Amino acid sequence: MIYEFLYNLIGSHIVASFISAVFPLAFLVPFALFAVYLERKVSGHMQDRLGPMRVGWHGWLQTVADIIKLVQKEDITASATDKKLFNFAPVLVFAGSYAAFAAIPFTSIYIGSNIDLGILYIVAVSSFVVAGILMAGWASNNKYSLLGAMRSAAQIVSYEIPTVLVILSIIVISGTLNLMTLSEQQSSSFYNWMIFGGAVAGWKKFVLIPFVMIGFLVIYISSLAEVNRTPFDIPEAESELVSGYHTEYSGMKFAMFFLAEYANMFAVSAVVVALFLGGYQSPFGYLGNTTGLTWLIPVEQFFWFAAKGIFFVFVQMWLRWTLPRLRVDQLMVVCWKYLIPISFANLVIIALIMVL
Amino acid sequence: MREYFKNIYNALFTIFIGMKITFKHLFVPAVTIQYPEEKPNLPDRARNRLYVNMDDCIGCDQCARACPVSCITIETVKSIPTEDLGKTSNGKKKILHVTQFDIDFAKCCYCQLCVFPCPTECIYMTDIYEFAEIQRDNLIYSFVTLAKEEIKEKKENFTRFEAEKAAKAAAAKSAPAQNSETNK
Repeated sequence: MIYEFLYNLIGSHIVASFISAVFPLAFLVPFALFAVYLERKVSGHMQDRLGPMRVGWHGWLQTVADIIKLVQKEDITASATDKKLFNFAPVLVFAGSYAAFAAIPFTSIYIGSNIDLGILYIVAVSSFVVAGILMAGWASNNKYSLLGAMRSAAQIVSYEIPTVLVILSIIVISGTLNLMTLSEQQSSSFYNWMIFGGAVAGWKKFVLIPFVMIGFLVIYISSLAEVNRTPFDIPEAESELVSGYHTEYSGMKFAMFFLAEYANMFAVSAVVVALFLGGYQSPFGYLGNTTGLTWLIPVEQFFWFAAKGIFFVFVQMWLRWTLPRLRVDQLMVVCWKYLIPISFANLVIIALIMVL
Repeated sequence: MREYFKNIYNALFTIFIGMKITFKHLFVPAVTIQYPEEKPNLPDRARNRLYVNMDDCIGCDQCARACPVSCITIETVKSIPTEDLGKTSNGKKKILHVTQFDIDFAKCCYCQLCVFPCPTECIYMTDIYEFAEIQRDNLIYSFVTLAKEEIKEKKENFTRFEAEKAAKAAAAKSAPAQNSETNK
């Protein structure tokens, strides 16, 4: 583990944990830059356009230029806002989405904190984001911001239920809440990934597969809603609410919201990947094993983890340009009438299979 | 109950159809034209900035009269008989010096009405459309080929010729009068 290595190197728990805590940020900031670029390119090409083309080769420096512009911008705080909450909200939103990365295993040697209640911790801590969003909407003193924040809160609270029910059914199969252990269970080949029934022995594995697939679909849909992505982007609905709870924000605070949004997109994809698609595990063997270079294995693991995560982020973008936005009542119908009964029945069936 | 499952099936099925379509469009070549580097192919009869080929212009003023917004200003001076201005490319004899031929593109409405009456086809539409200016006065294009001194010279020549002609005419007038007097 990197943390032990750092501790042995430095000899101080505080410094070692601080350095260890910065690693996900070092991944997230370039990822957010890349994801914004990818989003613009994907949306452009899906609409038969080109997307950004001017800054650098095929516009690859566009997001860097955008960030530089955002940093230079004036930090506007309207006079009628609740200053303390207004300034604190973006920090809380980003902290909430960043804290989720503490329990996500990036490779077999790196996890922020190898806690046994990892997945529960992620579910709990990502609820901070709702608090931050509500805070931002309320403190902005703007009716559209408040509407966006209210919608967001209603949406995230509703969609957390199917997410947790699906996570629970995976926990029933794996018997652990620790994402590191969960990833280790899905090792050796894609055959052992949870979406193919996991590392369960005998006939149970084959019976489990359809139900795990249903669970995968449910958690993917509800995680889309949790990060406020299209088709569930009613909190930010541009055409009706300007841009929802971050309408009043500018400059660096807006950049914080933006970074948090993309961090969240990756976080939910990473959770889906860790639960269903083997986390950092390679679908086949490791090159490091065959060549005997042991240091290569973590690098490969990180590659697979990032590749799977970015693939699901790409699918989120893909869905964004495919589906129109849901109405508020439709959103609640999808959650309460469809996703929750399905995930609940799914949990019961999976539990029955595991008991037999 | 049946409808419930039918709804789920329809939702998923239609989402996958939609995703298939958007994924296809990911690889459709973009229709964007990267403007300053690539330019769109203009239609054959596109109407853009005018050009006047002064070698062919006979100064007939028909284009200025056809212009609905009066953006063409033409001023001419007759040539003196000793001068030979040559012929236009379609064989018309030139007899006028064009001393001013201004087109104000700030006024021009690109209607192409000036092009048709031209007897020598010397005013026509080009394919240039990028001529934005910061000063509006810069949009007044002068097509005159004669230099200022030349214009002055031609004008002086013409007034001198007129004066000479008038003097001759006066002389001719007075001469027969004298003759008739002597005849009496």
